[in-house]
Amino acid sequence: MAGTTMDQDLALRLDAIRTEYGDTVRIEDLGDVVHALLGSMGGDISAADLKLYHELSSLADYIHSARAEIAALRPDEIRSDFIPTATDELDAIVGATEQATNCILDAAEKLEGLAPVLEPEIAERLTEVTTSIYESCNFQDLTGQRITKVVRMLKAIEERIDTMIQVFGAEMAPAAEAQPKGPVTDEDLLNGPQLPDNATNQAEIDRLLASFD
Amino acid sequence: MAVDKNINVLIVDDYKTMLRIVRNLLKQLGFNNVDEATDGSMALQMLRVGSYGLIISDWNMEPMTGLQLLREVRADPKVKDTPFIMVTAESKSENVIAAKEAGVSNYIVKPFNAETLKTKMVSVLGEF
Repeated sequence: MAGTTMDQDLALRLDAIRTEYGDTVRIEDLGDVVHALLGSMGGDISAADLKLYHELSSLADYIHSARAEIAALRPDEIRSDFIPTATDELDAIVGATEQATNCILDAAEKLEGLAPVLEPEIAERLTEVTTSIYESCNFQDLTGQRITKVVRMLKAIEERIDTMIQVFGAEMAPAAEAQPKGPVTDEDLLNGPQLPDNATNQAEIDRLLASFD
Repeated sequence: MAVDKNINVLIVDDYKTMLRIVRNLLKQLGFNNVDEATDGSMALQMLRVGSYGLIISDWNMEPMTGLQLLREVRADPKVKDTPFIMVTAESKSENVIAAKEAGVSNYIVKPFNAETLKTKMVSVLGEF
Protein backbone atom coordinates (compact mmCIF):
# COMPACT_ATOMS: atom_id res chain seq x y z
CA MET A 1 0.00 0.00 0.00
CA ALA A 2 1.21 3.50 -0.86
CA GLY A 3 0.40 4.78 2.65
CA THR A 4 2.42 2.01 4.30
CA THR A 5 5.37 2.63 1.96
CA MET A 6 5.28 6.34 2.75
CA ASP A 7 5.13 5.63 6.49
CA GLN A 8 8.21 3.39 6.21
CA ASP A 9 10.09 6.03 4.20
CA LEU A 10 9.08 8.71 6.65
CA ALA A 11 10.16 6.54 9.57
CA LEU A 12 13.60 6.10 7.99
CA ARG A 13 13.92 9.84 7.39
CA LEU A 14 12.85 10.63 10.93
CA ASP A 15 15.39 8.14 12.28
CA ALA A 16 18.11 9.94 10.34
CA ILE A 17 16.97 13.30 11.77
CA ARG A 18 16.79 11.85 15.29
CA THR A 19 20.39 10.66 14.93
CA GLU A 20 21.47 14.19 13.99
CA TYR A 21 19.31 16.31 16.34
CA GLY A 22 18.28 13.95 19.18
CA ASP A 23 14.73 13.54 20.53
CA THR A 24 14.23 17.19 21.44
CA VAL A 25 14.35 19.91 18.83
CA ARG A 26 14.74 23.54 19.82
CA ILE A 27 12.27 25.88 18.11
CA GLU A 28 15.13 27.76 16.47
CA ASP A 29 16.33 24.44 14.92
CA LEU A 30 12.88 23.44 13.69
CA GLY A 31 13.21 25.17 10.32
CA ASP A 32 16.49 23.29 9.64
CA VAL A 33 14.90 20.00 10.66
CA VAL A 34 12.00 20.54 8.27
CA HIS A 35 14.40 21.38 5.46
CA ALA A 36 16.51 18.29 6.27
CA LEU A 37 13.37 16.16 6.05
CA LEU A 38 12.38 17.68 2.74
CA GLY A 39 15.93 17.39 1.42
CA SER A 40 15.92 13.66 2.05
CA MET A 41 13.01 13.14 -0.34
CA GLY A 42 14.83 12.13 -3.49
CA GLY A 43 13.67 10.01 -6.43
CA ASP A 44 10.07 9.45 -7.41
CA ILE A 45 7.65 11.42 -5.31
CA SER A 46 4.11 10.19 -4.89
CA ALA A 47 1.05 12.47 -4.55
CA ALA A 48 1.02 11.79 -0.83
CA ASP A 49 4.72 12.72 -0.56
CA LEU A 50 4.05 15.91 -2.47
CA LYS A 51 1.20 16.86 -0.15
CA LEU A 52 3.42 16.21 2.83
CA TYR A 53 6.16 18.27 1.22
CA HIS A 54 3.83 21.25 0.78
CA GLU A 55 2.51 21.01 4.32
CA LEU A 56 6.00 20.89 5.80
CA SER A 57 7.14 23.72 3.57
CA SER A 58 4.20 25.86 4.75
CA LEU A 59 5.00 24.98 8.34
CA ALA A 60 8.64 26.05 7.89
CA ASP A 61 7.54 29.35 6.33
CA TYR A 62 5.08 29.93 9.16
CA ILE A 63 7.75 29.30 11.82
CA HIS A 64 10.24 31.65 10.12
CA SER A 65 7.60 34.34 9.80
CA ALA A 66 6.46 33.98 13.43
CA ARG A 67 10.05 34.22 14.68
CA ALA A 68 10.63 37.36 12.62
CA GLU A 69 7.44 38.97 13.96
CA ILE A 70 8.31 38.17 17.58
CA ALA A 71 11.86 39.48 17.13
CA ALA A 72 10.41 42.69 15.66
CA LEU A 73 8.49 43.22 18.92
CA ARG A 74 11.88 43.62 20.62
CA PRO A 75 11.10 41.52 23.71
CA ASP A 76 14.53 42.45 25.11
CA GLU A 77 13.55 46.12 25.06
CA ILE A 78 10.22 45.38 26.77
CA ARG A 79 12.08 43.53 29.51
CA SER A 80 15.03 45.90 29.96
CA ASP A 81 13.36 49.27 29.40
CA PHE A 82 9.57 49.44 29.23
CA ILE A 83 8.67 47.30 32.24
CA PRO A 84 11.21 48.83 34.68
CA THR A 85 10.16 52.33 33.57
CA ALA A 86 6.48 51.51 34.05
CA THR A 87 7.22 50.08 37.52
CA ASP A 88 9.19 53.19 38.53
CA GLU A 89 6.39 55.46 37.35
CA LEU A 90 3.83 53.48 39.35
CA ASP A 91 6.03 53.61 42.47
CA ALA A 92 6.28 57.37 41.99
CA ILE A 93 2.47 57.61 41.88
CA VAL A 94 2.22 55.76 45.20
CA GLY A 95 4.84 58.05 46.75
CA ALA A 96 3.23 61.23 45.46
CA THR A 97 -0.31 60.29 46.55
CA GLU A 98 0.96 59.30 49.99
CA GLN A 99 2.74 62.63 50.36
CA ALA A 100 -0.33 64.55 49.19
CA THR A 101 -2.62 62.57 51.51
CA ASN A 102 -0.41 63.36 54.48
CA CYS A 103 -0.52 67.08 53.59
CA ILE A 104 -4.32 66.94 53.43
CA LEU A 105 -4.46 65.12 56.78
CA ASP A 106 -2.08 67.68 58.33
CA ALA A 107 -4.42 70.48 57.25
CA ALA A 108 -7.53 68.62 58.44
CA GLU A 109 -6.00 67.95 61.86
CA LYS A 110 -5.10 71.64 62.21
CA LEU A 111 -8.67 72.57 61.32
CA GLU A 112 -10.04 70.09 63.85
CA GLY A 113 -7.72 71.58 66.47
CA LEU A 114 -9.61 74.88 66.11
CA ALA A 115 -12.93 73.33 67.17
CA PRO A 116 -12.52 73.84 70.96
CA VAL A 117 -12.20 77.62 70.57
CA LEU A 118 -15.21 78.00 68.26
CA GLU A 119 -18.93 78.37 68.90
CA PRO A 120 -20.43 74.88 69.49
CA GLU A 121 -22.51 75.00 66.31
CA ILE A 122 -19.55 76.00 64.16
CA ALA A 123 -17.30 73.51 65.93
CA GLU A 124 -19.77 70.72 65.16
CA ARG A 125 -19.91 71.73 61.51
CA LEU A 126 -16.11 71.87 61.38
CA THR A 127 -15.88 68.36 62.83
CA GLU A 128 -18.30 67.09 60.17
CA VAL A 129 -16.14 68.60 57.46
CA THR A 130 -12.92 67.12 58.85
CA THR A 131 -14.61 63.72 59.19
CA SER A 132 -15.51 63.93 55.53
CA ILE A 133 -11.88 64.75 54.68
CA TYR A 134 -10.62 61.76 56.69
CA GLU A 135 -13.11 59.47 54.94
CA SER A 136 -12.10 60.76 51.51
CA CYS A 137 -8.43 60.06 52.23
CA ASN A 138 -9.24 56.34 52.12
CA PHE A 139 -8.44 56.59 48.43
CA GLN A 140 -4.69 56.52 49.03
CA ASP A 141 -4.76 53.03 50.53
CA LEU A 142 -6.97 51.68 47.75
CA THR A 143 -5.01 53.23 44.87
CA GLY A 144 -1.82 52.00 46.49
CA GLN A 145 -3.14 48.44 46.66
CA ARG A 146 -4.36 48.56 43.05
CA ILE A 147 -1.00 49.85 41.83
CA THR A 148 0.83 47.14 43.78
CA LYS A 149 -1.37 44.62 41.97
CA VAL A 150 -0.45 46.12 38.57
CA VAL A 151 3.27 46.02 39.46
CA ARG A 152 2.90 42.32 40.31
CA MET A 153 1.26 41.73 36.90
CA LEU A 154 4.11 43.56 35.14
CA LYS A 155 6.62 41.33 36.93
CA ALA A 156 4.68 38.26 35.74
CA ILE A 157 4.80 39.58 32.15
CA GLU A 158 8.55 40.16 32.54
CA GLU A 159 9.06 36.53 33.63
CA ARG A 160 7.07 35.25 30.64
CA ILE A 161 9.12 37.38 28.26
CA ASP A 162 12.29 35.91 29.82
CA THR A 163 10.93 32.43 29.16
CA MET A 164 10.07 33.34 25.55
CA ILE A 165 13.57 34.70 24.94
CA GLN A 166 15.07 31.48 26.32
CA VAL A 167 12.82 29.29 24.13
CA PHE A 168 13.36 31.26 20.94
CA GLY A 169 17.08 31.68 21.40
CA ALA A 170 19.58 34.48 21.66
CA GLU A 171 18.60 36.06 18.37
CA MET A 172 15.38 37.24 20.07
CA ALA A 173 17.44 39.51 22.30
CA PRO A 174 19.53 41.53 19.89
CA ALA A 175 21.73 44.26 21.23
CA ALA A 176 20.05 47.61 20.89
CA GLU A 177 20.81 49.01 17.51
CA ALA A 178 22.14 52.52 17.60
CA GLN A 179 19.44 54.65 16.05
CA PRO A 180 20.68 57.71 14.23
CA LYS A 181 19.56 60.70 16.27
CA GLY A 182 17.57 63.23 14.31
CA PRO A 183 16.64 66.73 15.41
CA VAL A 184 14.49 66.95 18.55
CA THR A 185 10.81 67.10 17.61
CA ASP A 186 7.89 68.55 19.56
CA GLU A 187 6.83 64.97 20.30
CA ASP A 188 10.24 64.19 21.83
CA LEU A 189 9.59 66.96 24.36
CA LEU A 190 6.40 65.35 25.70
CA ASN A 191 7.82 63.24 28.54
CA GLY A 192 5.35 64.04 31.31
CA PRO A 193 6.37 64.43 34.94
CA GLN A 194 9.89 63.24 35.76
CA LEU A 195 10.62 60.67 38.45
CA PRO A 196 11.84 62.32 41.67
CA ASP A 197 15.46 61.17 41.15
CA ASN A 198 15.57 62.55 37.60
CA ALA A 199 13.52 65.69 38.11
CA THR A 200 14.99 69.13 37.62
CA ASN A 201 14.04 71.40 40.51
CA GLN A 202 12.99 75.03 40.25
CA ALA A 203 16.41 76.33 41.36
CA GLU A 204 18.13 74.34 38.60
CA ILE A 205 15.63 75.65 36.05
CA ASP A 206 16.20 79.21 37.25
CA ARG A 207 19.96 78.72 36.89
CA LEU A 208 19.48 77.34 33.39
CA LEU A 209 17.30 80.29 32.40
CA ALA A 210 19.81 82.72 33.89
CA SER A 211 22.56 81.11 31.81
CA PHE A 212 20.86 82.51 28.69
CA ASP A 213 21.19 86.08 29.94
CA MET B 1 -24.20 49.67 80.46
CA ALA B 2 -22.37 52.31 78.47
CA VAL B 3 -19.18 51.31 76.74
CA ASP B 4 -15.99 52.47 78.42
CA LYS B 5 -14.36 54.74 75.87
CA ASN B 6 -11.09 54.49 77.79
CA ILE B 7 -10.42 51.00 76.43
CA ASN B 8 -7.21 50.54 74.50
CA VAL B 9 -7.77 50.09 70.79
CA LEU B 10 -5.13 48.47 68.57
CA ILE B 11 -5.26 49.43 64.91
CA VAL B 12 -3.24 47.42 62.39
CA ASP B 13 -2.51 48.54 58.84
CA ASP B 14 0.58 48.67 56.62
CA TYR B 15 -0.48 52.05 55.20
CA LYS B 16 0.52 54.79 57.62
CA THR B 17 -2.11 57.13 56.18
CA MET B 18 -4.82 54.57 56.99
CA LEU B 19 -3.56 54.30 60.57
CA ARG B 20 -3.76 58.06 60.82
CA ILE B 21 -7.28 58.18 59.33
CA VAL B 22 -8.65 55.47 61.64
CA ARG B 23 -6.95 57.06 64.66
CA ASN B 24 -8.56 60.43 63.86
CA LEU B 25 -12.00 58.87 63.32
CA LEU B 26 -11.70 56.98 66.64
CA LYS B 27 -10.73 60.21 68.36
CA GLN B 28 -13.85 61.88 66.98
CA LEU B 29 -15.87 58.98 68.41
CA GLY B 30 -14.25 59.59 71.81
CA PHE B 31 -11.70 56.76 71.80
CA ASN B 32 -8.34 58.35 72.55
CA ASN B 33 -6.27 55.38 73.71
CA VAL B 34 -5.12 54.08 70.36
CA ASP B 35 -1.98 52.09 69.53
CA GLU B 36 -0.75 51.25 66.03
CA ALA B 37 0.93 48.24 64.41
CA THR B 38 2.00 47.92 60.78
CA ASP B 39 1.48 44.17 60.36
CA GLY B 40 0.08 41.12 62.13
CA SER B 41 3.26 39.97 63.82
CA MET B 42 3.91 43.39 65.34
CA ALA B 43 0.28 43.49 66.53
CA LEU B 44 0.60 40.05 68.09
CA GLN B 45 3.65 41.11 70.10
CA MET B 46 1.78 44.20 71.32
CA LEU B 47 -1.28 42.14 72.24
CA ARG B 48 0.82 39.75 74.31
CA VAL B 49 2.29 42.51 76.47
CA GLY B 50 -0.59 45.00 76.49
CA SER B 51 -4.28 44.97 77.26
CA TYR B 52 -6.67 45.84 74.45
CA GLY B 53 -10.45 46.10 74.33
CA LEU B 54 -10.70 46.19 70.53
CA ILE B 55 -8.60 45.27 67.49
CA ILE B 56 -9.25 46.97 64.14
CA SER B 57 -7.12 45.32 61.47
CA ASP B 58 -6.45 45.45 57.75
CA TRP B 59 -6.19 42.08 55.95
CA ASN B 60 -3.55 42.49 53.23
CA MET B 61 -0.24 42.96 55.06
CA GLU B 62 3.19 41.33 55.12
CA PRO B 63 4.69 39.29 56.67
CA MET B 64 1.61 38.41 58.75
CA THR B 65 -1.81 39.10 57.25
CA GLY B 66 -4.88 40.23 59.16
CA LEU B 67 -6.44 36.77 58.77
CA GLN B 68 -3.37 35.09 60.25
CA LEU B 69 -3.42 37.62 63.08
CA LEU B 70 -7.10 36.85 63.71
CA ARG B 71 -6.37 33.10 63.90
CA GLU B 72 -3.45 33.69 66.27
CA VAL B 73 -5.61 35.91 68.46
CA ARG B 74 -8.42 33.37 68.64
CA ALA B 75 -5.93 30.61 69.50
CA ASP B 76 -4.29 32.54 72.35
CA PRO B 77 -6.11 32.06 75.68
CA LYS B 78 -4.94 35.48 76.92
CA VAL B 79 -6.48 37.51 74.10
CA LYS B 80 -8.92 35.12 72.40
CA ASP B 81 -12.03 37.07 73.44
CA THR B 82 -10.82 40.46 72.19
CA PRO B 83 -13.32 41.92 69.68
CA PHE B 84 -11.76 41.96 66.21
CA ILE B 85 -13.02 44.12 63.32
CA MET B 86 -11.49 43.48 59.90
CA VAL B 87 -11.24 46.64 57.76
CA THR B 88 -10.18 45.68 54.26
CA ALA B 89 -10.50 46.14 50.51
CA GLU B 90 -10.91 42.34 50.20
CA SER B 91 -14.62 42.22 49.47
CA LYS B 92 -15.17 38.80 47.90
CA SER B 93 -17.67 36.60 49.69
CA GLU B 94 -15.04 33.91 50.21
CA ASN B 95 -12.95 36.43 52.15
CA VAL B 96 -15.85 37.33 54.41
CA ILE B 97 -16.61 33.62 54.95
CA ALA B 98 -12.96 32.84 55.76
CA ALA B 99 -12.84 35.72 58.24
CA LYS B 100 -16.11 34.66 59.84
CA GLU B 101 -14.89 31.07 60.15
CA ALA B 102 -11.71 32.37 61.80
CA GLY B 103 -13.83 34.22 64.36
CA VAL B 104 -14.02 37.83 63.15
CA SER B 105 -16.42 40.01 65.15
CA ASN B 106 -17.33 42.28 62.24
CA TYR B 107 -16.15 43.22 58.77
CA ILE B 108 -15.81 46.63 57.09
CA VAL B 109 -15.05 47.04 53.39
CA LYS B 110 -12.79 49.90 52.28
CA PRO B 111 -13.50 52.63 51.42
CA PHE B 112 -15.62 53.16 54.50
CA ASN B 113 -17.11 56.17 56.26
CA ALA B 114 -17.19 57.21 59.90
CA GLU B 115 -20.82 56.15 60.27
CA THR B 116 -20.01 52.57 59.17
CA LEU B 117 -17.09 52.42 61.59
CA LYS B 118 -19.31 53.60 64.43
CA THR B 119 -22.14 51.17 63.56
CA LYS B 120 -19.76 48.20 63.48
CA MET B 121 -18.09 49.25 66.74
CA VAL B 122 -21.51 49.53 68.39
CA SER B 123 -22.44 46.05 67.15
CA VAL B 124 -19.25 44.67 68.70
CA LEU B 125 -18.88 46.74 71.87
CA GLY B 126 -22.44 47.92 72.55
CA GLU B 127 -23.96 51.42 72.48
CA PHE B 128 -21.72 54.40 73.16
